[in-house]
Amino acid sequence: MSTPTSTRPVVPAGAEPVAAQPVPRRPARWLVGRAGRRSDDQPPRGIVSDAERRTPVVRVALRLTHAVVLVALVVVGLGPILWLVKASISTTQDTLRSPMALFPSGVDWANLATAWSTVHIDLHFANSMIIATGAWLVQLVVATTGGYALSVLRPRYGPILYWLVLSTLFVPAVVLLVPLYLTVLDPPLLGVSLINSFWAVWLPAGANAFNVLLTKRFFDNLPREIFEAARIDGAGPYRIFWSVLLPMSRPILGVVSVFAFIAAWKDFLWPLLVLPDPDVQPLSVRLPTLARSIELDVLLAALTISALIPMVLFLVFQRTFLRSAGLSGALKG
Amino acid sequence: MRTWVRRGGLSTLVFLLPLLVIFGVFSWLPIVRAALMSVQQTNLVTAPEFVGLENFESVLGDPLFWTAVQNTGLFALIALVFGYPLPLVLAVLMSEVRRFRGLFSAIAYLPVVVPPVVAVLMWKFFYDARPDGVFNTILGWVGLGPYQWLQSADTALPSLVLEATWAAAGGTVIIYLAALLGVPAELYDAADVDGASIWRKIWHVTLPQLRGVLLVTLILQIIGTSQVFLEPFLFTGGGPANSTLSVLLLIYNYAFGSSLGGDYGAATALSLMLAVFLAALSAVYFWLTRSWSTS
Repeated sequence: MSTPTSTRPVVPAGAEPVAAQPVPRRPARWLVGRAGRRSDDQPPRGIVSDAERRTPVVRVALRLTHAVVLVALVVVGLGPILWLVKASISTTQDTLRSPMALFPSGVDWANLATAWSTVHIDLHFANSMIIATGAWLVQLVVATTGGYALSVLRPRYGPILYWLVLSTLFVPAVVLLVPLYLTVLDPPLLGVSLINSFWAVWLPAGANAFNVLLTKRFFDNLPREIFEAARIDGAGPYRIFWSVLLPMSRPILGVVSVFAFIAAWKDFLWPLLVLPDPDVQPLSVRLPTLARSIELDVLLAALTISALIPMVLFLVFQRTFLRSAGLSGALKG
Repeated sequence: MRTWVRRGGLSTLVFLLPLLVIFGVFSWLPIVRAALMSVQQTNLVTAPEFVGLENFESVLGDPLFWTAVQNTGLFALIALVFGYPLPLVLAVLMSEVRRFRGLFSAIAYLPVVVPPVVAVLMWKFFYDARPDGVFNTILGWVGLGPYQWLQSADTALPSLVLEATWAAAGGTVIIYLAALLGVPAELYDAADVDGASIWRKIWHVTLPQLRGVLLVTLILQIIGTSQVFLEPFLFTGGGPANSTLSVLLLIYNYAFGSSLGGDYGAATALSLMLAVFLAALSAVYFWLTRSWSTS
């Protein structure tokens, strides 16, 4: 795919499938049980057979292509990021005059400190954290309670409601941009504008049909007998939700969490619209403004700091990330 | 009423409350409002006035609209030519890696994790048009350039595509890798028995097995690229000479831009037109994924 991502209800900056996302049945099943899980490290076999692997020509050719792919990935994928890290501790002079040289006039660690405290990256960093955490919580609450009601409690009007939720997948977030902005400007019943309040980002984030779809499908695949047994033991709907359903739902909650947190961290256009006050702006919104006013070396240091958290999160939760990424498009034809 | 409560009707409603409120206020209501606003003249001060299809007419009569459509189409096209085959080739090559496979996917996915705003601001510096700019320096080593990149109307749009492809290709690679794992080993075994070469196996087994995913990513990419906003907004602001003005940027300018601004009617009218186009695509997409997951 070829543009960066974002999720609803904010207008996508580009690609991430704003509209319907596929939820293949097979992966849903391997999410449930451990039995079907396939090791990511050792696939059964691929295109090249073991016999072919043993012939010298194929072996050399494979080694060679792998080396080329690895070098290409490192240069193109990792290169810009490494350059950014290097530039964040170089002087502006060096970065402007000889951008590809390694520290011709020494390392300038002060950039990071200046960016963090003088330019107040710390404040915007905290804002980003608060925004992402709140959006994540709202999405989890809506998706789990909604999914539970639709999948387990099953009221008579459930199918209509589910259809109403799903149909919003077909409405691209673009359409909502202006009316949603006006809604936040003057929310019904509340009487107070949500502009410059974190709620303006948190609440709309919850209206994510894809999350509801994911959780409902996951809950649908859980064995009914467990809920029946709990009910016979005298557990009410709240107890079943809290002590039976949620503990069983860790895999899907992980996937939803990764989507939610990363999307909120990346989001640009929506927070730009509803958080005009610089003091409440997240990094993504504040950085472009800063880029026009602060010195280059400090800006590059600020960019490095901003990229750090999602990258560290990714390296720590690699499996969940890659699985979610595979899931977001995975549909084995 | 009491039996309804005793049967759990009330607690069901309690569980549905977050969903109902959030979707009601922030999804269903705005959708209805969008449809209404597209046929109204709204300025937030006086009461909205019904103007029929006037908003649509004014958008269609705006020369910038056609520029934006053309640019967005071109963006999508260049992104397809460069960005579409690349992840597939990478994924097929990576799927044959036995050791350090995780390392390969991690590096491939890393650019996707970089926040888009950070990526754009970083690339904006790479595109420095001076001979000392990052890309111009690198290309200078092999005797090319210096190029104008973002500052010329000819190269600005392809430059945006290049960054967008860098930022997103890794995600598609991971999707293809997952799909490649799903190709049944028996098919390859059978091909081996028939004496098929590696190329023939790729051509006759792998690619046909992936055609479902390939179509899905194709549609997703078109849906994504037709809504491109961040790159033109942050890289060029739509310039030079409107050469990177995208449809979504035009919607933003209609509603929130400093010079046009405040024309919510035109903005929603244009969003609706884009939405119809996208909804048609996602319907195709939904229908395709549906028919595949059942077959």
